[in-house]
Order: sequence, then structure tokens, then C-alpha cells
Amino acid sequence: MSFLYTDRIRKEFGGVIAVSDVDFNVEKNTITGLIGPNGAGKTTLFNLITGLENADEGFVFFKGKDITNLKAYQITRLGISRTFQNLRLFKEMTVIENLMVGRHFKSSCQFSKNRFLNSVLCLFNIDKEEKDIYESSMKWLSFFGLENYKHELPKNMPYGKQKLVEIARALCAEPEVLFLDEPAAGLNPTETMELLSIIQKIKELGITIVLIEHDMKFVMNLCEKIFVLNYGRLIASGTPEEIQNNPLVIEAYLGKEHE
Amino acid sequence: MSNFVFLLIIYIGIYSILALSQNLITGFTGLLSICQAGFFAIGVYTTAIYLVNTNGSFFLALLLSAIFSLMAGLLIGLPSLKLRGDYLAIATLGFGEIVKNVIINWDKLTRGPLGINNIPPLKIASFVFTNSNKLFYAIFIWIFVLIFYLFLERLIKSRFGRALEAIREDEIAASSMGINTTLYKVSAFSLSAFIAGIAGSLWAIYHQSVSPQSFDFLMSVMILCMVVLGGMGNNFSSIIGAALIVTTSELPRLLGFSSIIPPQTNQIIFGLLLILMMIYRPEGILKRKRINFEYLIEKKFEKPEGGI
Repeated sequence: MSFLYTDRIRKEFGGVIAVSDVDFNVEKNTITGLIGPNGAGKTTLFNLITGLENADEGFVFFKGKDITNLKAYQITRLGISRTFQNLRLFKEMTVIENLMVGRHFKSSCQFSKNRFLNSVLCLFNIDKEEKDIYESSMKWLSFFGLENYKHELPKNMPYGKQKLVEIARALCAEPEVLFLDEPAAGLNPTETMELLSIIQKIKELGITIVLIEHDMKFVMNLCEKIFVLNYGRLIASGTPEEIQNNPLVIEAYLGKEHE
Repeated sequence: MSNFVFLLIIYIGIYSILALSQNLITGFTGLLSICQAGFFAIGVYTTAIYLVNTNGSFFLALLLSAIFSLMAGLLIGLPSLKLRGDYLAIATLGFGEIVKNVIINWDKLTRGPLGINNIPPLKIASFVFTNSNKLFYAIFIWIFVLIFYLFLERLIKSRFGRALEAIREDEIAASSMGINTTLYKVSAFSLSAFIAGIAGSLWAIYHQSVSPQSFDFLMSVMILCMVVLGGMGNNFSSIIGAALIVTTSELPRLLGFSSIIPPQTNQIIFGLLLILMMIYRPEGILKRKRINFEYLIEKKFEKPEGGI
């Protein structure tokens, strides 16, 4: 049984079938790619797994547990973090504050089992708690080499750095699986290479990575397994070599040859 | 004259508490709600009705006011906080009007438009403080302002406050960071109602008589303006905003011009002030305060270890 998988998951928007009976599975400690032409349903599939959309049919299982249609925050607490296609940083909060939000539910302060009650009781202990949250956030910030930006507002930073901040924020929740929605989009070649090595470093920490990407070189270099979606359907899956030679994939991207 | 200054200080105090409560939901959580006057009215009437009918302790009335407001906050918050932006504003606006109309029409309990008079004055031990004792009330009310100011400052510098700010910035991203957004929005909203209820209770005990006319939409808007004018997301600036607006609207009376200048002039000055603010300083008088974490941590933890 896979670490994380979907079972015939389906999502319709009005009459449009965005994701149609997709079986998607991710093995522990691998980098899995999800590719497909624009509008193929990749982001919708991400949203279904991470709880931002509710599935019409089908299931999502994580570590043997049914997590279908749980709320996004519940899924994050189970160990699945994500980034977004169009950056969703907290623009009026500094970089370090962004990261500290990412650590929201990882509190060192334990007075009560009830999370809400706990966060109220912890008001009496916030200095200690803030210190722990701050320090572990700083740890991730230096992992990305962004210490100098900690008091910067994200909107004043270069786009490439903002993307890294978003990944760092997702990692602050100490996830087991990290979903990256087009991490290399909008980056220049140097930044893309940097990102490549960072993603490999994240994987070495034992974190499973799933990513959507249009940069084929990036995907083929990085991913051990690739899934291809087209019009909401899974048309192929396999190693990078298998995908590159799959006629259905070539057809989806380049169109069919006229006979 | 000095009496009037104390009156002004009392009004500023009560409106500061209201502005602080509004700032919690609008400035920090980013929810546009215009029903603070409704929660205030619930606080006012709970205290008035309780004290007139039972002759009980004011502090119990204060607690009851706060709890009833909080419950009203939950009642309106749970269904309406699914809405965002303008839609939430309209839903809460409706709630504010409902409260006012219930008060006007529930004759048996509230004596309708007549209002409630003869609320017994505040007694602490054997001392009785009537509303001519303005210095006492000014101090009494400002103690509450200070308590709520310190409490909210503490609150927003914690995980709780950061979660509220994250919700304001991006609700979807916040929920993806493991924040239960509904829970936090509802609790911010009810906490704000709780504080507004206490402000209402203080108002009732000071005036010793209440009438429903003043708790209308305009009052809610005025409280919102205090927050916007002072600067959203900064507790201190809410107090400044409250001071500025209360003083502006009471200034003609303060200077003894009220016989020459019609009271409507206040609203002209007030409107002009808002327009000028929006043109020259849209972020408010004071900007959003950034928390300096290093300072916080060095001050509390690192100095004792290294220094001693």
C-alpha cells in the first residue's frame, strides 16, 4: 500500500470534469512529478488532496488513514504541507512572521489537549513559546539562506526569494509530504538550478515531495516517478524515460500527427 | 469647564474600549463588521435592566453584560462569518439594526423608546459614586481601557494574534498552515463582542439612564472610523482615533460654541477629516506596528543568561 494515494477521485465544476477518477500514488521519501497541459486538472488534484476542495467521489488515503474531504488545516496537521501556484504569502507580515505562522500548530506549550483552550492558556507562557517558534522558524530560514531577509516584507523581495519563503513556510509545519505547485515558474535559469538542489536537500531530510511543473528539464532531472494528466484523466505514469517515450503523452503535449 | 473635560475623558475612554474591540476584528482579523453599537447596546441594557430590577452588584451586571454580548457575538458570528468583505458588513449591519429594534419594541423589558432611568449609581463598599463624581468615573473607566489595551497587546503578540493576522492576509494560505480559520474568526468576533459589552455596561452605570436612540448604525460607523482613522492593526492608534473623533464631535460644545454652531457642524468637520485622512495618510495616523522578535527574545531570555 502506498504512503499517500487517491482512489478514483473525481471533481466536477458545473459541467466540467476537472479531475476524473484519478488514481494517484506517492511512495515515501520520493520525488513525484505531476505534469500535463494547462487546465489538465493538476492544481485541482492538489487541492483535493490538501483539503482546499471537496471531492465529489473517491478517496484520499494517507498512511493508511482516510483523509478524504478533511479540512485543509486538519490535513496540514496530519503532515501534508503545500505551496501555491500564485504565491500566497502574508504580504503585510515580515518573512520571519510568515514562517512563524507556518509553525502555528507546532506548539511546545502543552497545557490542554484542546488546541483552542491550549492556545488561550498559553497566553501566560507566550514568551517561552514565542522563543521556541522563533528559533525553529529561524532554523528553516537559514536552511534556505534567507536570514538577511527576515525583517523584510515579502512584497519587497525578488520573486525567486518569495518562492523560497513560501517553501520555507510550508516546511515550518515539519510536514512528511510537501506539495509544490509550480515551484520553478517565473524563476530564471540560475534560480531554477538553486531550487533543484534545494528540493534534493529537502528530500534528503526524509520529506516526500510531490510537485507540479511545466519545466520538463526540471521535472525529468528531479522526479523518480511522473504522472501525466490530460483533461482531468490520468493518461500515463512511470519513470521519466517511460514518460518521455509514451506516445499518449507526446500527443497530449504536441497534438496528433495528421495521417 | 473642568467638568466638561472629565466628561470628554470619560467618553474617550468608553469609545476607546469600543475602538479596541473593533480593531481586533477589523484591524487584525480583517473582517469588516459594523455592529459594534449592537453589542454595546446589549451591554448597556443588560446592566440597566439588571440593576434596576434587582438592585444587585454592578460587577455582576458587568459580567452579565459581557456574557450576553459574547453570546450575541457567537449567535451572529457562527452563521455570518462564512461571508467575507462587503457581505459580512451587510449581515452585521442588519444585526445591529435588529438589536436596536428589539430594544425599542420589547416594551415590557426595556420600556421601549422611553428608555430606562434611575439606574442605581455605582457602589464600592459603602461609597456611592453618582455621575457628578466625574473624576472617579474617568479613572474607573480608564482602568478598563488600560486592562483591555494590555490584554490585546499581549494577545496579538502571541500565536493567537499571528493566526488572526494570517487570516486577514490570506485565509486560504492560513488554513493550509494548520490554522482553524473558522474557530479563530468566531473567537475574535465573540471576544470583540465581549469587550464591547463591557463598554456598554460602563456607559450605563455612568449615565444612570439609557435610551435606545443612540445605538444606531451611525454609532457603529463612527467606531469603525476611529479604527480606520487611527490606523488599522495597532491598538494604541485605536485609542488615538477614538480621542480624535470624540473630541472633534464634542469640540463646539467644549468651547461653548454650541449655541452659535449647529450640532450638524460636527459631522461636516468629521467628514472633512476623513476625506483629508484618506487622501494624505490612508494607512491611518499610526502605522501597523511590527513586532521585533529579536528584541522580544533578547530582552526576555538572552540577557539574563549572558549578563549575570
